[in-house]
Amino acid sequence: MPEPFVSTTSRVISIPRANIDTDQICPARFLKITDKANLADALFFDWRFTPDGTRREPPSFIDEPHNAGRQILLVGDNFGAGSSREHAPWALRAWGIRAIVSTSFADIFRGNALKNALLPIVVSTERHAALTSLLAANPDAEWTVDLDAQTVSLPGGDSFAFELDPFARTMILAGTDEIGYVLGKLGAIEAWEASHPARVETR
Amino acid sequence: MAEKPRTLFEKIWDAHIVASEPGAPAILAIDLHLVHEVTSPQAFTGLRERGLKVRKPGQTVATADHSIPTTDPSIPIADELARKQLAQIEANCREFGIPFHGKGSPTRGIVHVIGPELGLTQPGMTIVCGDSHTATHGAFGALAFGIGTSEIEMVLATQTLLQRRPKTFRVEVTGRLQPGVGAKDIILALIARIGIGGGTGHVIEYTGDAIRALSMEERMTVCNMSIEGGARAGLIAPDETTFAYLKGRKFAPHSAAWDEAVAGWRALPSDEGATYDRTIVIDGDKLEPMVTYGTNPGMGVPVTGRIPALTDVEPGARDDLERALAYMGLEAGSSIAGRKLDVVFIGSCTNGRIEDMRAAASVLRGRHVADGLRVLVVPGSQQVKRQAESEGLDEVFRAAGAEWRESGCSMCIAMNGDQLEPGEYGISTSNRNFQGRQGKGGRTFLASPLTAAASAVTGVVTDPRTMAAGSGTASQPSAVEAH
Ligand code: SF4
Repeated sequence: MPEPFVSTTSRVISIPRANIDTDQICPARFLKITDKANLADALFFDWRFTPDGTRREPPSFIDEPHNAGRQILLVGDNFGAGSSREHAPWALRAWGIRAIVSTSFADIFRGNALKNALLPIVVSTERHAALTSLLAANPDAEWTVDLDAQTVSLPGGDSFAFELDPFARTMILAGTDEIGYVLGKLGAIEAWEASHPARVETR
Repeated sequence: MAEKPRTLFEKIWDAHIVASEPGAPAILAIDLHLVHEVTSPQAFTGLRERGLKVRKPGQTVATADHSIPTTDPSIPIADELARKQLAQIEANCREFGIPFHGKGSPTRGIVHVIGPELGLTQPGMTIVCGDSHTATHGAFGALAFGIGTSEIEMVLATQTLLQRRPKTFRVEVTGRLQPGVGAKDIILALIARIGIGGGTGHVIEYTGDAIRALSMEERMTVCNMSIEGGARAGLIAPDETTFAYLKGRKFAPHSAAWDEAVAGWRALPSDEGATYDRTIVIDGDKLEPMVTYGTNPGMGVPVTGRIPALTDVEPGARDDLERALAYMGLEAGSSIAGRKLDVVFIGSCTNGRIEDMRAAASVLRGRHVADGLRVLVVPGSQQVKRQAESEGLDEVFRAAGAEWRESGCSMCIAMNGDQLEPGEYGISTSNRNFQGRQGKGGRTFLASPLTAAASAVTGVVTDPRTMAAGSGTASQPSAVEAH
């Protein structure tokens, strides 16, 4: 069962790249696991290590010492494109990321992220540019992401509002999960099934 | 008053709504759930932890494709993690009563190849799988999309999903494809045009004469890569081609049930006057064989074309292009044809079906692959493999110096040991050229089976139209001419 999540205050890691696909977030060879353990190590693995396994110099984004422990990512457009692997949000969460700010997210990734209480926060291109320069000027600034208020507060008293699927928001705030919700509607499912014979039998 | 005209998507969507509460996503009934070894283990664990059963094992089916080796099946699997994962899917299926087409089964194969070939995939259905290329099944006029592991658990437990209604996007491909141009070129051209996020939030319906003229297998190739344009699903209205493909397949309806089913399927195509949130038109007459040069599937050009110069793209995309070309070791503004190759991969759920094998064989027949080149031909399923062997295609490939393998995802995702080495160039009929997708540091050119096979002969990226059919018999014309 997920823990309720309301807000977090953290410094920010900026990865100024567009179209970061799930093969970058968690390369396929890390998908042979049958649990969710050790995925923090897989995060952005091929960006961090050369093909022979040595750590790249200078260290890549999340390996930069000052980025340790940060929980908010600022990334380019269309984050999470590609494969449906939920290992991508699992790896991000395992490393400690709680919120990602971008101009857009790939559909499947966005859904997977929400199911893991990882917030995909969409901002306009203008806002994204402003946040990027803000961060460049003050790389150690702390932002507060507040899911209850649906705001991100910036240093100096500025803040902006964001939209999130209201249903997902309720689930994350309460720490409930969707399977429980749907199991609560079993009556409706049974009624539907009674009037809709299965279209195929796989056995 | 007449009912509001509806699209194919809307008809399927409306027919599967179990409940929809204000503010909450709809509860959508799922007709068919396809399962494979890589994205399912944690979902079964979740089910066990909650003490739940699989609600509809008879609407669920599983196979092993992603991490399974494509080498001799009698050799034990060396990779311990892959072996454990494969053992686990088998155990999970046994425990929960799910039919499993696993190692040693004559019906095993890539999940998106076996669904259609077994007749499980049918028009009007909702189909999900923990794999983003589930859109493949949309070729039959089914609403099919990829889901994550939490959603797999949801479907296992409830046979439903919580879904927000997506928008609709019509892609009309007009005219007639030129010889040497195929389904893969249509979809690569579309993604090059709309970009890899261009279809986000939408379900695509492919229409137009060029789409109607495609075989079922070619339609699957088009729908398969809808996700590469950001769309979760891609649909093609069912027609006589669809019904002819399905008739007599193992899990398709038979006798009276068949007639009844077809009557229902005929009502599925979008109504006259139905509207879409977005429409684009592609001129099929003008399409050429496509090849990607970069590190996402939207970075494609005609094989006769040039890699864009930095000034050809919008300022915001320059960084992306520069980084992609640095990874690929290619120069902006140079031509794509003639690029040297180390590996050729023919296979995957995009192009691993029998027609793809025939197309590749039509070029390789009586020819030999270039010196020093490694060529892997991997059928999409064990059924495709047997069919190809009964037509003697395996001999064509072997005689040409290519490897003929057991079925599976293989070098499409490089989880099973079939992979590019760092720095190697591969031309691949699969669907993703992301950095490292086909092996750490590997560099991928995506293309059609004809282009890949022609390139296998020369050892460089080659326009298949410059190469006549191999020395085949009259009954096996080159697909270059046949299309
Ligand atoms: S062939 Fe490739 S894209 Fe298709 S299911 Fe397998 S890994 Fe996924």
